[in-house]
Amino acid sequence: MPQVISPARPRRTTELLLLILALGIGLGAHLLSAVGMDQEITSEYWVQTGVLTIMALVFHLVLRLKARYADPYILPIVVTLNGLGIAMIHRLDLESGDSAATRQLMWTVVAMGSAIVLLWFLRDHRLLRRRTYLFLAAAGLLLLLPLIPGLGMEINGARIWINVGVGSFQPGEVAKIMLAIFFAGYLSANRDLILLAGKKVGPVTFPRFRDMAPLVIAWIISMGVLVFQRDLGSAILFFGLFMAMIYLATSRVSWIILGLLLVGIGGLIAVNTISHVGLRVSAWLNAFDPEVYNRQGGSFQIVQGLFGLASGGLLGTGLGEGRPDIVAYANSDMIVASFGEELGMIGLAAIIMLYVLLVTRMMRAALGTRDTFGKLLAAGLAFTMALQCFVVIGGVTMVIPLTGLTTPFMAAGGSSLLANWIVVALVLLVSQAARRPVVVGPMVNASGAGSGHQDRTDPDAPASASAPSPPQTPMPAPGAPGGER
Amino acid sequence: MNQAIRNTWATAVALFLVLLVAISVIQVVAADTLKNNDFNSRQLYQEFGAPRGPILVDGEPIAESVESSDDFKFQRVYHDGPLYSGLTGFYSLIFGATGLEEKMNRYLAGTSDGQFIDRIVELFSGTPLEGAQVELTIDPAMQRAAYDALPAGVQASVVITDPQTGRILAMASRPSYDTNLLATHSATQARANMEDLQAVTGLSPYINRPTQTLAAPGSTFKLIDTVAMLESGQYQPDQVLDLPDRITLPNSNTPLPNFAGGLCGRHSQQTLEWIFAQSCNTPFAQAAMELGQDRIRTTAENFGFNQGLEIPLSVIPSRFPDDLDDAALAQSSVGQRDVAATALQMNMVAAAIANDGTLMKPQLIDTIRGADLTTLEQPQPEVYKNSTTPEVAAQVTEMMKEVVRSGTAWQSRSDQVEIAAKTGTAQLGAEDSNVNSWITGFAPADDPQVAVTLVYQNTDYEAGHTLTATNMKRIMEAVVVQ
Repeated sequence: MPQVISPARPRRTTELLLLILALGIGLGAHLLSAVGMDQEITSEYWVQTGVLTIMALVFHLVLRLKARYADPYILPIVVTLNGLGIAMIHRLDLESGDSAATRQLMWTVVAMGSAIVLLWFLRDHRLLRRRTYLFLAAAGLLLLLPLIPGLGMEINGARIWINVGVGSFQPGEVAKIMLAIFFAGYLSANRDLILLAGKKVGPVTFPRFRDMAPLVIAWIISMGVLVFQRDLGSAILFFGLFMAMIYLATSRVSWIILGLLLVGIGGLIAVNTISHVGLRVSAWLNAFDPEVYNRQGGSFQIVQGLFGLASGGLLGTGLGEGRPDIVAYANSDMIVASFGEELGMIGLAAIIMLYVLLVTRMMRAALGTRDTFGKLLAAGLAFTMALQCFVVIGGVTMVIPLTGLTTPFMAAGGSSLLANWIVVALVLLVSQAARRPVVVGPMVNASGAGSGHQDRTDPDAPASASAPSPPQTPMPAPGAPGGER
Repeated sequence: MNQAIRNTWATAVALFLVLLVAISVIQVVAADTLKNNDFNSRQLYQEFGAPRGPILVDGEPIAESVESSDDFKFQRVYHDGPLYSGLTGFYSLIFGATGLEEKMNRYLAGTSDGQFIDRIVELFSGTPLEGAQVELTIDPAMQRAAYDALPAGVQASVVITDPQTGRILAMASRPSYDTNLLATHSATQARANMEDLQAVTGLSPYINRPTQTLAAPGSTFKLIDTVAMLESGQYQPDQVLDLPDRITLPNSNTPLPNFAGGLCGRHSQQTLEWIFAQSCNTPFAQAAMELGQDRIRTTAENFGFNQGLEIPLSVIPSRFPDDLDDAALAQSSVGQRDVAATALQMNMVAAAIANDGTLMKPQLIDTIRGADLTTLEQPQPEVYKNSTTPEVAAQVTEMMKEVVRSGTAWQSRSDQVEIAAKTGTAQLGAEDSNVNSWITGFAPADDPQVAVTLVYQNTDYEAGHTLTATNMKRIMEAVVVQ
């Protein structure tokens, strides 16, 4: 059956329409929470929506100019999530008197701005491949920054923030992206060596140490730093990123199994030796034990989150009508619980589906692009985002112990927002490379149809679709089976 | 590599599926279990955020929810707190609910079956559900008169009921407290207030004294003895009985004397009627030993002893013990030793006699109406026990009239209304000179409208005796002449 190849279409109009819908959802959430709380709708609401609208439209414009063929769905999904996040943070602000929404809005501007700058100046994601070791160095530096005495801040027993004047920033988030670029770059360059040059032990081929060395060293150092900083959530993410990249590059499941075994052993050791971890796990296992519930660092937070979710039920209490503020960190770590309470299971499931769609579109970009680096980068970042969502929402719903990770795009937290928007920019670049029409040279066929000879000499030759006269022909990019764009 | 990408995507989707299952479990399947968990204070916030139904007396609220500007949208306000605190109980953020606030919670919070339709409407319209209003049988004027009959600093109860229907017209006690102290939304304030209240001797906000405190009934128990004696056919009101000054209890050296200051010592024989009016102990002790413990116990139980009750407040069972030897029986027959009764119980005894021997079930609820004033419940008078025959009741009534006319309750004699009563003085112990002073009776004697019981616990004899009799008269005059 012949493959249907549809012509490349930019589909930016689709994106614009969806973007309007996304902004509408954000605005709607904002207004409904005001209605639900019987609050007046002040200019604050319009300012917040206005800023988000302007930034979204500028982003859209930049995409039109610089990445015309990028995936049309990613930006609207992310804007929806970001808008919902701001609406909920603002709603919680009204209860607590904080102004976290303004901060979040400011960080949104910074994050989207950075993404726009990245999109504007980085013409092709493959340019990053040239500087992999630079990214490794940068990642290491960023991870170590919080340990510097004057700069680093210790909050809740973890040392992962630095003081940037206007607030706290978590360099680990950006380090994660840099490490991903490094892994993708290294693996795409040395993939064959890793796969083929090595000793065979039983059914498993182990690569040569020198091939794996930079990778393993980079990984061990980052894990070590994270464990030392007590940022276990990020440690899980980095580990997941590493595993995903290895699997994607080598398609070897055996290494995944090995990796999981190692993590299992490491986890057991950690539970029994690191008190912080042990507390978290015992809070997860015995959440409803009165002793565990009441102690410092116990299960109070999770259990209150569960109560919030339960009181939301299927349909939710309605925006502004629940009591999400009872839960600690309702606007950051536990924002999912806030949404679950007010929007109900249906609303929360919709948000989860948004994440599924986002990850799917990112994977699509990975499938569509032709270079290994792009594939690894996009797919690795996509899986990391999925893993992060799983760790956060799983922690809130007591599927796994609670960690300190935040929900991408929705939770209050500037560094997370910045990092995730940069991820979006990178994936859009990869997606642009995947979907843009490939320029096909004139001598694709040396003779026969399309070679150009017949066309020039025989004016009566039947015009064929595969041999038009102009020397440069836009053709749909192969690589993604099926023509669905 | 594309296949690897697809597999990774499938893994990611699988992870999300796990999440979807998790939220379904938490928000749908296990939602109710979580909502009812002990640690969950959200129910409280929800309850406190809804307009709880009022408790009414004669159409006026004694407990109602008014809008409040703080975190919890409604504040429970109590009017005439000390008068009604025992009945309403408290509705507190941290101490839960007691009394009618607890027993009637389903109605007040709007979660009763009868308000099911209202809840459905609320689901769609979003307007918060208003609780039902609970109207009590209490008469506010009688409640005020009753409460005023109790002086400060005394542990005392008063119960006024309608013998023909069982409706409780007044039920008050001291020491009392202002219920608003515990309804405050500030947890620290509420805790401090509770501590202060519990430091007062004899006061517990958790307990409604007239229905949940037992006291030895003393000579008022002779009403039971007399009924048993008359029912047996072996005794008549005008029958002459031996009246020894004291008897020695069998198998012991303990004496059972008559009351020292009374007229009992002047005669060695008298009619049952006279003995009853003067409340002499020894004939009753002898008669009880004759009739045997089972007979006395059965009679006591016919009037409600040894049984708990829900009116809907919980009434603890008044006690007539099992397995009494003769000595114990003798002392029990005069309402001492291990016999103990609630104020309501002794009121029930008087009420049964007033109502020709039929004891009606005490009722505190008059009507329960939904927020739209449709009647949800309207309890009807109910026969609780056929305590004794009308003939015996009539005979006892005559004897009780004599108690007031010429006997121990002469201080309650009134020229406005004929009162029938029985006094009681129970010693608290060999070492203690304090007593429980009781009086229980009804008026008008020939066509009873109200049965009134007063008990002053742990008081000096003289004070107690005067208080009971004079307040009986005062209440009866205030209440019956209305």
